[in-house]
Amino acid sequence: MSAEVQKTKAPSEPLFSKKNKKLITDPLTDNNPVTVQVLGICSALAITVQVKQGLVMGLSVIFVTMMGNFVISAIRNMIPSRIRIIVQLVIVAALVIIVDQVLAAFMPDLSAQLSVFVGLIITNCIIMGRLEAFAMANKPWPSLLDGLGNGMGYAGLLIIVAVFRELLGSGSIFGYALLGSPIPSDGHPLGTGLYAMGYMNNNMMILPPMALIIVGIIIWVQRSRNKALIEEH
Amino acid sequence: MILNKESNGYTFGFAVILVVAVGAILAILALVLKPYIAANGVQKQQMDILSAFVDLEKEGISRRNVEEKFAKYVKLSDAIVLDMNGNVREGVDAFKVDIRAEYKDKNLKDADKNYPLFIAKKDGKTLYIIPVVGKGLWGPIWGNICLGEDMNTIQGASFGHKGETPGLGAEIAQPFFVDRWIGEKLMDENGVFAKFEIVKDNSGGAMEKKVDGITGGTITSKGVEEMANRCLAVYATYFSNLKNSQ
Repeated sequence: MSAEVQKTKAPSEPLFSKKNKKLITDPLTDNNPVTVQVLGICSALAITVQVKQGLVMGLSVIFVTMMGNFVISAIRNMIPSRIRIIVQLVIVAALVIIVDQVLAAFMPDLSAQLSVFVGLIITNCIIMGRLEAFAMANKPWPSLLDGLGNGMGYAGLLIIVAVFRELLGSGSIFGYALLGSPIPSDGHPLGTGLYAMGYMNNNMMILPPMALIIVGIIIWVQRSRNKALIEEH
Repeated sequence: MILNKESNGYTFGFAVILVVAVGAILAILALVLKPYIAANGVQKQQMDILSAFVDLEKEGISRRNVEEKFAKYVKLSDAIVLDMNGNVREGVDAFKVDIRAEYKDKNLKDADKNYPLFIAKKDGKTLYIIPVVGKGLWGPIWGNICLGEDMNTIQGASFGHKGETPGLGAEIAQPFFVDRWIGEKLMDENGVFAKFEIVKDNSGGAMEKKVDGITGGTITSKGVEEMANRCLAVYATYFSNLKNSQ
């Protein structure tokens, strides 16, 4: 009986079909929201001084893009077109408040460090862009994957930039000092590890403009490897 | 009946339902998370008070063990609350006084404001910790100033800020600036409170009520000066009364 019912139904797409997989993998590489579409740059500059901050910010954005895409897609046929942008904003704002409150409750110190940037996820162009361009026209499951992919594309770049900035600017990753301690102690006038040999942290890495330069270098490397990404003039 | 999705009625109805639903979800979330956020606030306040006389990093004090460490140093039953004239105000829980909110509240009269004083014991010595609050260039600044057993000499301090300029005003939280306050005295030999002054001419080295400011952070430094003078004056009155009565 059940086999008969299945036969009469149109063959449904598997959850992770080739098309759906591309929704996740594309934004990670050739359609990265930050390096290719150059969206969401502002927060990439501000919170990439430490890998931990970048990671939490990335996870927050993944949550908001995923859930935002899913919810908007689920109610896309009910949204009156005249107020659709406002509806999208309300959903995104609610999700961001959820993230902000959860961070404040369970990761208070990190929440204080990220301060306004969690709230500013609302203004992240990637989110509204995906809602308007994808979720409004597609079913919830592909929309969820699209949100996941774009969120991961953003988070991945944030973490790459943060690794460079934290390693070169503070000599650590995730707060673990990899290069030794730059603080002078008894018997180690220059500190320990690499610092004992005269190495110094690059304080410029801590400043926001260096994030832009690192993003620029990543874009350069990516486009030199994949010529299709270079725009014609 | 098929709803006309583009009609005004549908649009209004949709908007109202959406906002009510989202509002309800957020309200429930806020209720659920409230106790956690409040507990975080208590931990932060305890760490702030401890940081005036303990090196948090050296002692390995973090949010996880701050309650236990705080109880070790500070006895909350000893804490008192003063009014603006330096008299003890009974029946107020010092730890529950939110001096930042009171400072911000424009409708609250100065006479109604509370001035908490925490008393700690470290290495057998009694320490007096005074929370202070003021305003910097961009937003609130605050701190805790620790007086020694003589109720006069500053033994330690910690300053915090909400959003002062990094590298300039934000430097008030750095140890080098805090250290400039250590050794300064509230009152002169006659027991009179004299105002502190933030100076620019590098003359703050001697303990003569002068403290070197921060280059490029003048407004924030002046904010610290105003904060210290306004708040400490109240406690100076209390301490000199206490000494005279002894």
